[in-house]
Amino acid sequence: MDYVAHDASAYAPPAEVEEMELYHPKTFVGKYIWSQDAKIIAVQYAVTAIGIGLVALVLSWLMRLQLAFPNSFSFIDPSNYLQFVTQHGMIMVIYLLTALFLGGFGNYLIPLMVGARDMVFPYVNMVSYWVYLSAVLLLIASFFVPGGPTGAGWTLYPPQAILQGTPGATWGIILMLVSLALFIVGFTMGGLNYVVTVLQARTRGMTLMRMPLTIWGIFTATILALLAFPALLVSAIMMLLDATLGTSFFMPAIVSMGQQGGHAGGSPVLFQHLFWFFGHPEVYIVALPAFGIVSDLISVHARKNIFGYRMMVWAIVAIGGLSFVVWAHHMYVSGMNPYFGFFFATTTLIIAVPTAIKVYNWILTLWHGNIRLTVPMMFAIGFIFTFINGGLTGLFLGNVTVDVPLSDTMFVVAHFHMVMAIAPILVVFGAIYHWYPKITGRMLNDSLGKIHFWVTFVGSYAIYYPMHYLGFAGVPRRYYAIEGTNFIPESAQSLNVAITVAALIVGAFQVVFLYNLLWSYFRGKPSGGNPWNATTLEWQTPDTPPKHGNFGATLPVVYRWAYDYSVPGAEQDFIPQNVPPGEVTRSSART
Amino acid sequence: MSMFHQLMVKPWVTDQGKIDDLYAGGASSGLAKKLALKVFLAVVAVLFMLLVIAYGGRMAYEDWRPAPQLRLLWANTFVLILSSVALQWAQYSVRRGQMDAMRVGLLAAGAFTVVFLFGQVLAWRQLGAMVYFDVTNPAIGFFYLITGVHGLHLMGGLVAWGRTVAKVWGDFDVTKIRQSVELCTVYWHFLLLVWLVLFGLLFTGNNLDLLLKLCGIR
Ligand code: HEM
Ligand SMILES: [Cu+2]
Repeated sequence: MDYVAHDASAYAPPAEVEEMELYHPKTFVGKYIWSQDAKIIAVQYAVTAIGIGLVALVLSWLMRLQLAFPNSFSFIDPSNYLQFVTQHGMIMVIYLLTALFLGGFGNYLIPLMVGARDMVFPYVNMVSYWVYLSAVLLLIASFFVPGGPTGAGWTLYPPQAILQGTPGATWGIILMLVSLALFIVGFTMGGLNYVVTVLQARTRGMTLMRMPLTIWGIFTATILALLAFPALLVSAIMMLLDATLGTSFFMPAIVSMGQQGGHAGGSPVLFQHLFWFFGHPEVYIVALPAFGIVSDLISVHARKNIFGYRMMVWAIVAIGGLSFVVWAHHMYVSGMNPYFGFFFATTTLIIAVPTAIKVYNWILTLWHGNIRLTVPMMFAIGFIFTFINGGLTGLFLGNVTVDVPLSDTMFVVAHFHMVMAIAPILVVFGAIYHWYPKITGRMLNDSLGKIHFWVTFVGSYAIYYPMHYLGFAGVPRRYYAIEGTNFIPESAQSLNVAITVAALIVGAFQVVFLYNLLWSYFRGKPSGGNPWNATTLEWQTPDTPPKHGNFGATLPVVYRWAYDYSVPGAEQDFIPQNVPPGEVTRSSART
Repeated sequence: MSMFHQLMVKPWVTDQGKIDDLYAGGASSGLAKKLALKVFLAVVAVLFMLLVIAYGGRMAYEDWRPAPQLRLLWANTFVLILSSVALQWAQYSVRRGQMDAMRVGLLAAGAFTVVFLFGQVLAWRQLGAMVYFDVTNPAIGFFYLITGVHGLHLMGGLVAWGRTVAKVWGDFDVTKIRQSVELCTVYWHFLLLVWLVLFGLLFTGNNLDLLLKLCGIR
């Protein structure tokens, strides 16, 4: 196959591309604080998200401590515990993962990978971050209001979310809802940017099917988020009205503590439908960017083109579409019509098909690859293991008959942590190890990275694997303490202690990662422009870290897809996307 | 090339250089704004669709008590149609280079919109003064919520409208103004359409009820 000898000049005459006008700040504040450069905004998003994520991590320790050593901590009472559960879940899902994948990686990678100078609406992009920051600040504020933050569970189900007796029912829940509304507004501003940039600002030659899968993942997830968040917005507004003005959208007539409440005629199940119409796509808002990134990490570090690129793209799109018709699998125990249960169980199982295709393709990409066990690659492979694990228990839970007994047990907690907590977090780490050299110009320390990987990976299994058994034994989730429940064996307690020890170790070990980030920023080995010998455009910038405007005087022209690794006949084992066919150096050993 | 064909491309085959010409690249700010508006309208459409579905879902319950109908809404609807017509006129004029007519159209559209919003507030107060008024009745709650959300979107539109109006006096860049007017027109027409659906389905004799019955849900 004569793959590389081509004269493309005939195919790609220089285009008349309208240049984007960039805003050029002059002061430090304009450059780094009120910045309109997507790369800086990305770092702002990432730092904020990781910062608030650390709060959620500490909350998870507190929960674990209480579960392992009940009655030992005077500062954890039952309401505190519920508040910790709620805030941990909410922060991790929305304020950490969503913000980090879309606001962080989306902002950094979209313009660079599609060959744009910046997002198409830099000003809106800047506002998006500041709105996100205020949402985070409101969330933090809720820890300091009378009654503390809401303890209604991250699902915020009414009526209990706004009934007296639930922690934070007066102030906490209001701040939570307003904070969520702000988050959605901020995200929508960012999301419009990501979508329009991908559709409009790609450089010459960057056809849709030449986009790296990272971009496909982030792009599709953004569309999901744009269409799913309105459901959360509507339900947040309706609940706010119920809580403040006494409307009864969700609040039925309730007699509570002998008193007739002021509400009548609301439907709590309506909230559940709205919430999960957002909540299930949310899982994929987090997962699709992770899928995309992992595909690219695997391809680069196995020096092979991704197996079944087109199928991967279609699978991403199919999963995105299907994710809107499975939401009620979270509501099997809400007393719904059995035919609905049947319908949603079926759609849930169907969504496993494109998902499984992706998993097979990753594995086939690795197959016979020239695998380099770099730190990003280790995290990518760790992701595949964890994701398969969590995906399989998901198949269990997708079936009504299996879900009913397991619902609200630790089995569910173990399942969703595997599939949407640990798996995406592993990708986040892998991605940071992979792109840190581009962001800072320095490599992260390899040995520290490997230690970090092994402790995190093995540790996460130590936390969540046994948790499935607790679930089988009937240990309920969101319970402050389980003593005196005679169907739960004594040994559950020893298991709880072991899990907590693992959780503390894993959590504390993240310090190594933070230290690595800081240390390498000053002392790390200089990386050069393309340390991984990758093909995509972000590695071909004239400067590392890329300057404002990304690509110097002229934008790159793209001649090929993102996966020309180990092309037969080419001298190097990678051909960057912007190398014209005529300029590929052929190996002398060519036959 | 249609989206479908783009997705069928095989980017890895040897003569891949050929597909270069099919995508010209480059962000023209005009196209970007138009696309952004379309995507945004899709988001808004989902928002209102969810509200209508929530309304319908709640309506399917036994204890549904419909809200009284307000005749004032017919007048408001008429005024909102006028504002869309006026913007359409402004767009027609700017495309023909008749700047005075465009200014008239723009100002009229703004005025009608403000009248519409006033009318909606009036409708709120009318309903609030009736014996039927009961915040805990979901039908009433939904009425305030849905009209409120729709009104907020129009107010957001008025901000964009105001920025356009501020630029049409003295010297201005005709292509830019033309684009702003076009974007405003699309937005107004869209919100009119949304209103017609909301009004038709929910606030005039409960046609949604009819739909639910036809589907056998109620
Ligand atoms: C070191 C890592 C983590 C540990 C030790 C941990 C621990 C826990 C614990 C103990 C619970 C409460 C279980 C219960 O009583 O119901 C919980 C709930 C939860 N966690 Fe994590 N978690 C970790 C990371 C994450 C991450 C990264 C996410 C992001 C998706 C996440 C999302 C959630 C959610 C959504 C809940 C449910 C909250 C609720 O029931 O309302 N967790 N976690
Ligand atoms: Cu789900």
